[in-house]
Amino acid sequence: MTKFIIKRAFQSLFVLFGLSLLIFFIARVMPGDPARASLGFLATEEQVERVREEMHLNDPLPVQYYHWLRNLLRGDLGRSSYTKQPVTKDLIQYIPATFELILFATLISAIFGQVTGVLAGYFRNSWFDGLSRLVSYLGIATPSFVVAIFLLFIFSQVLKLAPGVGRLPIMMTPPPSVTGFMTLDSLLAGRPDLALTALKHMILPAISLAVIHIAQEGRITRTSIAENMQKDYITVHRVHGIRTSRLLFKYLLKPSIIPTVTVMGLDFAFLMSNAFLVEMVYMWPGFSRYAVTAMLNKDLNAIIAVVLVIGLTFAVVNLLVDIITMFLDPTIRLRREGS
Amino acid sequence: MTTRDQMQADLLASLKQKRRGFAKGWYKFSRNPLSVLGLVVLILIVLAAIFAPYIAPYPEHAKPYTNFQDGGKPPSLQHFFGTDRVGRDIFSRVIFGYRFSLTIGIVVLCLGVAPGVILGLLAGYHQGTWIETVSMRVTDIFLAVPPLVLALAITAMLTPNLTNQMMAIALVWWPWYARLVFALSSSLRSQYFVREAELTGASRLHIMFKEILPNCLAPVMTKMTLDMGIVILLGATLSFIGLGVQPPKPGLGTMVAEGAKRLPGEWWGTIFPALAIVVVILAFNLVGDGLRDVFAVEEV
Repeated sequence: MTKFIIKRAFQSLFVLFGLSLLIFFIARVMPGDPARASLGFLATEEQVERVREEMHLNDPLPVQYYHWLRNLLRGDLGRSSYTKQPVTKDLIQYIPATFELILFATLISAIFGQVTGVLAGYFRNSWFDGLSRLVSYLGIATPSFVVAIFLLFIFSQVLKLAPGVGRLPIMMTPPPSVTGFMTLDSLLAGRPDLALTALKHMILPAISLAVIHIAQEGRITRTSIAENMQKDYITVHRVHGIRTSRLLFKYLLKPSIIPTVTVMGLDFAFLMSNAFLVEMVYMWPGFSRYAVTAMLNKDLNAIIAVVLVIGLTFAVVNLLVDIITMFLDPTIRLRREGS
Repeated sequence: MTTRDQMQADLLASLKQKRRGFAKGWYKFSRNPLSVLGLVVLILIVLAAIFAPYIAPYPEHAKPYTNFQDGGKPPSLQHFFGTDRVGRDIFSRVIFGYRFSLTIGIVVLCLGVAPGVILGLLAGYHQGTWIETVSMRVTDIFLAVPPLVLALAITAMLTPNLTNQMMAIALVWWPWYARLVFALSSSLRSQYFVREAELTGASRLHIMFKEILPNCLAPVMTKMTLDMGIVILLGATLSFIGLGVQPPKPGLGTMVAEGAKRLPGEWWGTIFPALAIVVVILAFNLVGDGLRDVFAVEEV
């Protein structure tokens, strides 16, 4: 099993290396002068030339890549031309807000996805089943920025049930940053009221992110449950008089966990890319909004960093999914050890 | 009967067969009322986009145009979807917006599908050789980040406009076809008809393009229909962020972004373009699902 994990980790490493090559060369081949871009129009020719030298831009591409990779391994991703700060520092500042949001969205979609799936599977072809199918169908066809705008419009602006944009109201002072997670930091600072406000601010953006996944994970669980309900062992259990709730959660939900975990891993990547849009709509000061700002301002170092961070997260999550499914399902473990 | 008559009869029979195949396909497709609805909506949208200058009530509003007197009017009989801040008719702009959306979908798939299919075909037929290793690892690299992120990054590094947006999406789209055709062709290559062609001395090109490729077409076509929706969604998303169709051009995503600034007061400026996006994607998905039933494609 360790052998398989190491092999997979090496594969991910190779893919990440390839990704860095791809994105670096696209960034360098594009028309435009990165040195000029990072200094702005007012810089003198000598200043630009000095930065060109610093960034090794006068060297051939492979040499440039070598220098860049060496800096990357030291944790130096260059300076952002927009924030004028080292990109690594920016990332550390902005990533926690996005992760807090995504984790919350994952939690919501996991819980509600399971519940929806169980109900739709058990009450097949009822109105609830139909509704969940409709939502999952609409979910595929609706861009997440549309979902985000609709939810913001309906629940915050018309019904006034939820707070507006941002992580906290403007008047409130955020707690001192320890973990970067607003809710945890508030609790650590002994301010449960602040934590609750932060949580309320997170609900709409998190639901905007989660709603598609709730429906899709629900469909997967539903299929699995509907399939297993036909099987003999369930009939036997029924005949033996096992309660319905026990039947559902112990014998029907368990086999559906593995496809759900796999899909959740994939979903995590999509949550990260959809966060780009949701953070824009909700003015969430996170990594994705940083990424969008970088892209709109042609901030090359930051764009490269953003792509690599997402690639890394994707790789780690996929590896975790592989390991978890191996623990959950002995047959997968055996098959992989055999190969 | 002379040989010529025989040939003519054969030709007629094969034509009939073809027509019967089509009729059978249509029958299967029409069994699903939702797919038929999707097709009808789709045809309407395509016609509206093609004949936009004749259908839109105010075609000049798709161009740079201002008339502040009419600005911010709610939906009415004169303006079905209301007007935006500078007095442009949103209904007309949505119809022109469909032109951009459909162009993006068609161009991206034309650019992206061919390389993907060819690479997948090569890799699948040469399974186990270095050709497979190289091409599938390259594919993995392109799939290492979600398509939206890579497309955004590439457009941002180029200059954001319609052409570059389409190029960027095509660049992130081909790997899915490479994967699909790879899976199909690597299972097809061990089938008897391929073996037979190999034994009779057919060239590799003949086997790949004449024997294997035709059997991959149904899943590829189905995936293309379903992907039209996703590519249009991606295009709208890029425009929404500001890295696609640039204002004052009426991209659907651009319009949603512009209108969102006026929420909640002038809700029509963002809600109607947003619904327009959902409708076109939904239509493509419904038709794609119908095709999947017709071709009996399992998973694409």
